Amino acid sequence: MSDITANTAVPHQAGAERRQPPVATTGIVAWARMNLFSSWINTAVTLALGYLVVRWTIGFVDWAFLNAIWSVPVVNGQAQTQACREIKGVGACWAVVTEKHRFILFGTYPYEEHWRPLLVCVLFVALYIVSALRRFWNWRLIPIWVGTLTAIGILMWGGVFGLTYVPQERWGGLPITLILSTFGLAFAFPLAVLVALGRRSKLPAIKTLCVLYVELIRGVPLISLLFMASVMFPLFLPEGMNIDKLLRAQVAITLFAGAYLAEVVRAGLQTLPRGQYEAADALGLSYWQKTGFIILPQALRLVIPPLVNTFIGFFKDTSLVLIIGIFDLLTAGKTAIVEPAWQGFGIEVYITIGLIYLVFCFAMSKYSQDLERELNRHRRR
Amino acid sequence: MSSSTADPRLASAGPPRRPIRLSWSDERLRAIVWQILVVGIVGSIVWWLWSNTVHNLEVRRIATGFGFLQREAGLPIGESLIDYDPTHSYLRALTVGVLNTLKVAVVGVILATILGTLIGIAKLSKNWLVSKLASFYIEVIRDLPLLLQLLFWYTILQGLPGPRQALNPVDGVFLSNRGMKLPWIEWLPAHNWALLAMVAGAVGTWAYARAMRAKQYADGQPRKIWPAGLALMVGLPLVVWAAHGAPFTPDIPALRGFNFRGGISISPEYFALLLGLVTYTAGFIAEIVRAGIQAVNQGQWEAAEALGMRRAEILKRIVLPQALRVIVPPMTSQYLNLTKNSSLAVAIGYQDIVSIANTTLNQTGQAIEGIAIIMLVYLSISLSISLFMNWYNARIALVER
Repeated sequence: MSDITANTAVPHQAGAERRQPPVATTGIVAWARMNLFSSWINTAVTLALGYLVVRWTIGFVDWAFLNAIWSVPVVNGQAQTQACREIKGVGACWAVVTEKHRFILFGTYPYEEHWRPLLVCVLFVALYIVSALRRFWNWRLIPIWVGTLTAIGILMWGGVFGLTYVPQERWGGLPITLILSTFGLAFAFPLAVLVALGRRSKLPAIKTLCVLYVELIRGVPLISLLFMASVMFPLFLPEGMNIDKLLRAQVAITLFAGAYLAEVVRAGLQTLPRGQYEAADALGLSYWQKTGFIILPQALRLVIPPLVNTFIGFFKDTSLVLIIGIFDLLTAGKTAIVEPAWQGFGIEVYITIGLIYLVFCFAMSKYSQDLERELNRHRRR
Repeated sequence: MSSSTADPRLASAGPPRRPIRLSWSDERLRAIVWQILVVGIVGSIVWWLWSNTVHNLEVRRIATGFGFLQREAGLPIGESLIDYDPTHSYLRALTVGVLNTLKVAVVGVILATILGTLIGIAKLSKNWLVSKLASFYIEVIRDLPLLLQLLFWYTILQGLPGPRQALNPVDGVFLSNRGMKLPWIEWLPAHNWALLAMVAGAVGTWAYARAMRAKQYADGQPRKIWPAGLALMVGLPLVVWAAHGAPFTPDIPALRGFNFRGGISISPEYFALLLGLVTYTAGFIAEIVRAGIQAVNQGQWEAAEALGMRRAEILKRIVLPQALRVIVPPMTSQYLNLTKNSSLAVAIGYQDIVSIANTTLNQTGQAIEGIAIIMLVYLSISLSISLFMNWYNARIALVER
């Protein structure tokens, strides 16, 4: 070990061959060699996949942009779609979206009042952004949510402050999707926390009730709950009492989300070390003090990333109300292409709606990933 | 630890019990009061809903009960695994629906597992292009509602040309707006016997593998299993088939008039539903598989490499068995999700149990029974999948002291 210098003293031989310089390990060429062409099989895969990707991209650009038609003339309120029919299969007909975008976004809401649902959508997005900022993660969030949701209700219904009254049957499109998911979430979350606590409770009757609720709801598809809401709810209520379709679907979605969120929250309660429970007991805190001050703040923080993932699933699942005929974003899109002039242009409409969903879900999933990294910072070395 | 339990003085369980005091500060009394309160509230809500329902049913003159199941259904069903026509009873129609649900769920689970595993491994590939494409697929598929994807696929399939201009990618395979047509063979009893022989061969192979493994444990010599497996599972059915005269008549679809004759057909509804369910669920399974493989400690790879194992062998013998422990529980919930999501069939007109039960309850007005049937069917399917996967999970779980 002591003669380290022995290694460095390589004897220089005058007659030795000139050696090749070492293979580059930095730069684009080296990166490509390492990541794309490291072996002959990798090279073959890269070339084959690259060919397909380039071909499909060119095909898609041709269809969606170069050969596409963006608007068609409208004569006497009838859209003239012959040009679109001629290029079917070769180019996209975005004219259906240009023509119908108001209907897809806002449904049958009175045309002159469209600024109201638009403002509602903006308010929803603002609410999501505020809730995502960690500096607002305290009691202030509750009045913010209550205030915004009230404002949204006033804007949609109207009837006060000089706004004309718009009955709920005329609402539609994106606001319905946002209302169903956000209100559902706002009510399902407290329910989920209670059920999760109940499922871990030592009281047998309460535990049984919570287990029954969660397992029953999780064992059946959302559609069956929505059917139940649309055909069985009227039977459940006393004669003469009737609640509207949207509210019934909202109740079904809330119950559904509650069961799934409860399982996520329960996972958080279980991961929390026992010492936390025991320390709180040793301090002589009551059950609700222990839960409110010690357990929940830590447990909920642990499960924020899976909670966000559940929200994403839940946001997508609101599209199922299409089956019971509630006018959400997807239903509006599907209805837009029922008109004979626009029949057969479903692909364009579905791509557009897909992009809207993609924007919301992608933002949430990126946020969840960043948050997970942020919250796990102390675990990384 | 063992000495303390052996001590007879400490054997009595817990502190001495004291009688319940009638005071709010007594924990046990509080527990009883809370439970009575909660059960009372929930019970009275349920009772209220129930009495309303009974009253409403009386007012509307709807008879309850499952008597309607024996009545003639009169509802046409497009595709069915068992013999069915509209004169059969509702019970039979609902059975057809359950079988259709199972048909799409079982095939979907198998295909989604294969596709998802491939994409999950692709995401871990050292090839930049492969891993980026897999990530892109996973991200996009998971961010779009399944219902939207189903409608999208169904629209594309409906946009295909009619039977006369059907696409013909390979000889004998036709793709048109009436669905897909595949060549098949004329099914004779001989084929049934061959199939039976194959099942027997599989059982035989399993028994043989067990016996050989027991021998390996005894003397440490590994034995080849595949020659016997090949003989039992391929050779035996071939012999049985040949013994019956080796009947083989290909049944190739051909255009007759306005539609196809012969071959087996896959309806556009089934095809769209299967395509949507498989591609959607595969996106989730891929993430589970990737997380499972990554959860295996890097040291396991290095240790196996140090033992001189090849990469494929390491994946098969060292990494996957450990990864499975992480993979199986979330995979179970994906299988359950796929099964429950198959109920979206009603949106594109594939007649599964939800669709048929829905038609039934519209025709007969038996709303409660119809929805109870849907829920019961899904609860039993969910429960069976859970039981099976729990059994499998217990089998592969780490055996600890």
